[in-house]
Amino acid sequence: MDKIQSLYEALTKVDGFIYPNELALNWDMLIVMYPYITGLVAGAFILASLNRVFDIKALRPTYELSLLTALSFMLVATMPLITHLGQPLRFYEMLITPHLTSAMAIFGFVYLWYLMVVLLLEIWFDYRYDMVIWSREKKGFMKFFYKALTLWVSDTSPESRKTDEKIGYFITVVGIPSAFLLHGYVGFIFGSIKANPWWSTVMMPVIFLFSAMVSGIALVMFIYMVVSYLRKQKIDMNALDTIAKYLFYILIIDFTLESLDQIHRIYEADESFDILKILVRGKLFFTFFIMQIGVGVVIPLATLGFLQFKKPRVRIRKLIYWIISICVLVGIFYMRWNVVIGGQLFSKSFYGFTSYKVNLIGGSDVTLSLLWFIVPFFILAFLLWLLPPWKKAPPIEIPEE
Amino acid sequence: MAIEKENFSRRDFIKNSSMFAGGVVFASLINPYKFVFATKQPKGKGKWYGIGIDIEKCIGCGSCARACKIENNVPDDPFFFRNWVEQYTITNDERILVSSPNGGIDGFKQPVPEEDIYKTFFVPKMCNHCAKSPCTQVCPVGASFESPEGLALVDQSYCIGCGYCVQACPYGCRYIDPVKGVVDKCTLCYHRLEKGLDPACMMACPTGARIYGDLNDKNSAVSLFLKEHNCAVLKPQLNTESKLFYNDLSQEVH
Amino acid sequence: MPLQVKRLLLVFAIFIGIMLVLKYVLTPDSWREYGPYRGNAIGEIASQQAKYVQKESCADCHDSIAEIKSRGEHINLQCEICHGPGYQHVDDENFKMEITKNSTLCLQCHTMNAASPKNIIKQIDATEHNEGEECITCHNPHQPWL
Ligand code: SF4
Ligand code: SF4
Ligand code: SF4
Repeated sequence: MDKIQSLYEALTKVDGFIYPNELALNWDMLIVMYPYITGLVAGAFILASLNRVFDIKALRPTYELSLLTALSFMLVATMPLITHLGQPLRFYEMLITPHLTSAMAIFGFVYLWYLMVVLLLEIWFDYRYDMVIWSREKKGFMKFFYKALTLWVSDTSPESRKTDEKIGYFITVVGIPSAFLLHGYVGFIFGSIKANPWWSTVMMPVIFLFSAMVSGIALVMFIYMVVSYLRKQKIDMNALDTIAKYLFYILIIDFTLESLDQIHRIYEADESFDILKILVRGKLFFTFFIMQIGVGVVIPLATLGFLQFKKPRVRIRKLIYWIISICVLVGIFYMRWNVVIGGQLFSKSFYGFTSYKVNLIGGSDVTLSLLWFIVPFFILAFLLWLLPPWKKAPPIEIPEE
Repeated sequence: MAIEKENFSRRDFIKNSSMFAGGVVFASLINPYKFVFATKQPKGKGKWYGIGIDIEKCIGCGSCARACKIENNVPDDPFFFRNWVEQYTITNDERILVSSPNGGIDGFKQPVPEEDIYKTFFVPKMCNHCAKSPCTQVCPVGASFESPEGLALVDQSYCIGCGYCVQACPYGCRYIDPVKGVVDKCTLCYHRLEKGLDPACMMACPTGARIYGDLNDKNSAVSLFLKEHNCAVLKPQLNTESKLFYNDLSQEVH
Repeated sequence: MPLQVKRLLLVFAIFIGIMLVLKYVLTPDSWREYGPYRGNAIGEIASQQAKYVQKESCADCHDSIAEIKSRGEHINLQCEICHGPGYQHVDDENFKMEITKNSTLCLQCHTMNAASPKNIIKQIDATEHNEGEECITCHNPHQPWL
């Protein structure tokens, strides 16, 4: 039991007083991963719907890519949560006997709704025609596989394609509030804990939502560049510039909301403020000011803002976008970190905190978290092989009625 | 009695408004309330357990914490407690020093010399068995629940060990059992109550600083305790409707 | 209705059907007996073994000691505070109950601490009061003189 051993060590590194039971780090790195991954899903999906619903043509090259990215991360989104449980095999209870007053219980349903009704359906309608075509071209098992994926519907008439298009559009429209719901809801899991002043704020769902968008957009930007590079294809700079523009706007909103929350907290200065102040200035200084705000917000904002006025050469721009997307992804990761881990560093007695918990993290949960972050990329590779966006038939024009 | 009085006034309020606005308003007033909290409100019948702790009588011997660990197979390490004792020392230069080494089981030492002490006292802590318990509210599977007698209990064969309730308890009264992987907390020794015995910590307290009883029975030990003393609960601003009442609670205690 | 939508609805119907069946099969017996939890859990918690048997059980056999104790300052104390839980000894009298005889046990309560109320407990500074002696050489714990 090295966990216990490290608790003994932790005992010597407590500043002030914490409740005896607070010594153990209850939610570890895996719970940092959980809002991070769901955020990537929601963000990637919203980027896709920008193209479809708001009809931003420049984003067309990344449409399928964002959807598939969202799907591959969605498939593992529950895994950090489940692997973190003390009794992982009992997770099904959450779906069978959900306790309706619990924010966490609804997650199973929000998740199923989002995965089944929104993401899978949208992708299915988008690819149905192509899958039929591919099933005709392929042989053997792949033929059967594509056929199964089309649910043995082999209609390729223009009417059927129009139906696909219309229903797909409708689903995207439903999907936007769903994506908002999914991630706003994840914020609510934290924001509704009145026992923890670092979490308990009505802003939490909104902040989570916007940071989700930021991270999702940055992820798609990153993946788009990597995929294009691997396929030795020319990057559509127009698409990239547009993504960067939206990233810039949403980053501004996100930063405003977060500052608003902090300013509110500082000005209101309720009973928990003193301990939180020490926490943020001390234990969280690096992750909060340097990583979350510096790397995650200030650098990208400054660079992207600069790019709005002056456009350097394509090669440099590409490099900048590539670096910025990584910066944002890292910054948002630390934002989740500061919420989840930061919220557990101080005592609910407001009389102290422990510095050591950070070092308690290590071993299995870090490995698992890394695993759950890497697996989606493999899923994405598989999906891109199975449903290559670049081999799709050109979209059918819907005549205006 | 603090908690009862509040309930009555709320009930009256609802009754009156329902007379004005009829059954529809009545239902809409009751329902969101019911939905948000996992607990049923006390009906005035049956038992409704409450706890009293007399800080004036606590000598900080840690017998309660020791007895609880033994009685309930709480891990023996210096962490994980169903109950523990805190020592508060307020110095003349107004520093507040709190300590609870090994939950008080091994006894206490004063951190400052006697002449620097302005005020010092012990505060035993345990689950408050909140009537509007945030912990049972958040349990996703209903493994944490408020029993009909007002005890916040954990169904350990059903708990998934997500730890959400640990986060939600404002008093730090829950922990994840490292061996079982499920959450554990004070049950007010329900297994002893049902056998006609006192909870282990109350039994072990040499000075009788800890009492429990039925809040619905106006002659129970805890009801009389509330009648005779000015009691307060911890963190009242969180509206947990805690049923652990402290006599002589200093405002420094969180 | 277009064919693909029909197929999809079928798939959804099957999925929801499976969920309902699973819900039916997996929901525990006493669910919702009193509320959204397993009603049987209350009984299961209640049936755990109690380890402390309380002084009435001790007095059943050790009546002479109980009588001595009832005349001393420690009258209200439970035997098991010092002697430890007695459930095994009650079942099997050959099971010996170990007790610490040195002063650490006494000093759990009687050590000098400003936080302990003076009117409730007699306190001693063990570094001054007969240092190195065990308390029980002079005081009988069952009937301590003052
Ligand atoms: S004190 Fe904590 S564990 Fe006990 S009922 Fe209240 S919230 Fe729940
Ligand atoms: S740890 Fe157990 S009791 Fe607590 S919320 Fe999770 S399932 Fe419920
Ligand atoms: S009532 Fe029982 S479980 Fe609760 S603190 Fe006391 S001894 Fe422990």
